Amino acid sequence: MTAVDEIVDRYQGGKSALIQILLDIQREYYWLPKEALIRLSERLEIPLNQIYHIATFYTAFSLTPRGRHQVMVCTGTACYIRGAPQLLHKVEEMLKVKPGKTSSDMRFTLITANCLGCCALGPVMVINGEYHGNPTTADLGHIFEACE
Amino acid sequence: MAGRLTSIVDLERLRDEILAKRQGRRFISVSNGSDGRTRGSWEVIRAFVDEIEKQGLEKEVEVKSTGCHGFCQMEPIVLILPEGICYVQVKPEHVSEIISKTLIQNEIIEQFLYRDPVTGQGITHESEIPFYKGQARLVLGNNRFIDPWHIDDYIALGGYSALAKALDKMTPEQVLDEVKRANVRGRGGSGFPAGIKWETTRNAPEKIKYVIVNADEGDPGAYMDRGLLEGNPHGVLEGLIIGAYAIGVHEGFVYVRQEYPLATENVIHAIEQAEEYGLLGENILGSGFDFTVTVHRGAGAFVSGESSALMTAIEGKVGEPRPKYIHTSVKGIWERPSNLNNVETWANVPLAIGRSADWYNSIGTEGSKGTKIFSLVGKVKNTGLVEVPMGTSLRDIIYDVGGGIPNGRRFKAVQTGGPSGGCIPEQFLDTPVDFDQLTELGSMMGSGGMIVMDEDTCMVDVARYFLNFLSEESCGKCIPCREGLRQMLNILNRIIEANGKEGDIELLEELSEVVIDASLCALGGTAPNPVLTTIKYFRNEYEAHIKEKRCPAKVCKPLISYYIQPDKCQACLICLRNCPAGAIHGGKGLIHWIDQEKCTKCGVCLEVCPPRFDAVAKLSGEPVPPPLPETKVIRKRVAQ
Repeated sequence: MTAVDEIVDRYQGGKSALIQILLDIQREYYWLPKEALIRLSERLEIPLNQIYHIATFYTAFSLTPRGRHQVMVCTGTACYIRGAPQLLHKVEEMLKVKPGKTSSDMRFTLITANCLGCCALGPVMVINGEYHGNPTTADLGHIFEACE
Repeated sequence: MAGRLTSIVDLERLRDEILAKRQGRRFISVSNGSDGRTRGSWEVIRAFVDEIEKQGLEKEVEVKSTGCHGFCQMEPIVLILPEGICYVQVKPEHVSEIISKTLIQNEIIEQFLYRDPVTGQGITHESEIPFYKGQARLVLGNNRFIDPWHIDDYIALGGYSALAKALDKMTPEQVLDEVKRANVRGRGGSGFPAGIKWETTRNAPEKIKYVIVNADEGDPGAYMDRGLLEGNPHGVLEGLIIGAYAIGVHEGFVYVRQEYPLATENVIHAIEQAEEYGLLGENILGSGFDFTVTVHRGAGAFVSGESSALMTAIEGKVGEPRPKYIHTSVKGIWERPSNLNNVETWANVPLAIGRSADWYNSIGTEGSKGTKIFSLVGKVKNTGLVEVPMGTSLRDIIYDVGGGIPNGRRFKAVQTGGPSGGCIPEQFLDTPVDFDQLTELGSMMGSGGMIVMDEDTCMVDVARYFLNFLSEESCGKCIPCREGLRQMLNILNRIIEANGKEGDIELLEELSEVVIDASLCALGGTAPNPVLTTIKYFRNEYEAHIKEKRCPAKVCKPLISYYIQPDKCQACLICLRNCPAGAIHGGKGLIHWIDQEKCTKCGVCLEVCPPRFDAVAKLSGEPVPPPLPETKVIRKRVAQ
């Protein structure tokens, strides 16, 4: 849990920095492990239930481990109008994963985003930070195959 | 780096030095915002840097990695300055030709120019491209000249001179009066006059007060604030410092959503540079005025963009709204007076102060002054960020700037104001866009999302989409919003799933009224707008769903079927092989047909059927014809 300590130290103990600290922990582990939250609760002297209150309120936080590859389908309005539901449906079928869930082999986590602001590319899928605009079924096959 | 500036004379001297150094130089400005990067703008920049070095042109030519130029459809965009030559969709392999022909021999490369969609002619200069022609890019236009990591670029354009003017020649009261006189209205959605809000905070009795930049741009389909904060963070900071001076505040926050990593990075860096230059911190430009800014990342909650919710989030708590009997401008962060304005509002302040309220008042309509940035997206040819004077008509924005609807489809509606806004049909396209006119139509300006929809968009589905979004984002604190939206969503789902009942439309209207009247914050108070406007303008679509079990736009899955037209099917096996559900029967030389029981309506067959056959059709509200009898299924291939 040294990573948690380092992050807390960066914010010089301010309780008001709780959300910022949680964001950094999420970035470090890709989710919020229980041990990390317990440690955080001790360090900041904030009750654990308050930390969970925040961790469950904001969508950026995950309380379950995420897969090796994060697949994000944008369902913002512009993407929606341009066919995001069809894209999402295809991705779900191909990965056999529902939005918000991780495949049992920990290979993929599928998430949706409210808007990534690349509306000109829509519908957009982002995998491991790489953007794909309006991928066809064949494109999707190649993209997912390349993920170990 | 120039070091700390201790006076206004210092700032002016620095500006002269920067300009003198740039005399006679040419710049290659590459649009490198989030959207440009997704299309390879970084690679283009690297190629330019390498090529310039290779050709030994470092002294004459400089490459600039700038924020978004606005014309996202054509990214990566390369602009050669000072001539204003514009090349679109540039690839790294084009770079050496651009350097050797355009930069060295002053030759225009026809092939890389934007083509006028009507005449097919190449257009050389950015200013002549129809997308830019109808715009007035007073706020966003600076993006193309600025590398957001170089404060000098902003200063070279006259940046921070409005702040210098305010600190040097105006009292805080005079600044406040000027902003009031300019009638700068809140660009985040409310349209509330910024000057009046500032005054409330200024007059509030507490000594410690705060100013906040709201960059929690949560409306899906809207990215104006991201474009500004990424591309010109100093423009926003300058407005914020001027506001802080006028209100009498020494501490400020920028609340930016974590989904915008580049905007966060750029604004943090801009704050550091402004501090080094003495434009933030103690004794700004030797004026005796102190002001610091901290960046706070939001963690993904739409409701946290609401002012009171945002302020509790800054305190490190759950970002839920509270009743606002006392406004946040009097009791906000830690119960202290806090003035919150949106990114674009702050970016307008240096214009009103730097030039004058009179000049600012010369742009726009009676009640709405200045310009407004819109993100023009959806079913429109030219997707991008568009800045037009207030009062420009929807038609001018969508057709002149946006180029109209692609693929020969028909316009159906434009959705403005984000999830709290409404859908505006064709008969109101000539409405001038300002705060008051859009509200009259039952929609609103909102933060500036403008989503164009064509005849393939189902309005019931759109209403369901927004309601689903809002019901998920409702914080749950007040019952009308939490339960009311859920019930409305249930009804819409029922309608879409072919179980709509007589009276559902009236029930939706009744529930809407309650949710609007009884919700705690603006999320609930405006949430029914998409439902109400679609019912108002597209009631026939609701009725078709309910009475005929038909989706006119053929979007709602439970109401459509896919059907292979036997007279068109060439028995090519493509759809049969691609169908993930194994629902397509037939074989080589045998006409294909879809087993409706097995079909999951994923649409792959329609996607893969070669356009020259065009054999797969969507049906709605009519029975699917049965497959042909066995004796008739043989298909001889037609010559291709």
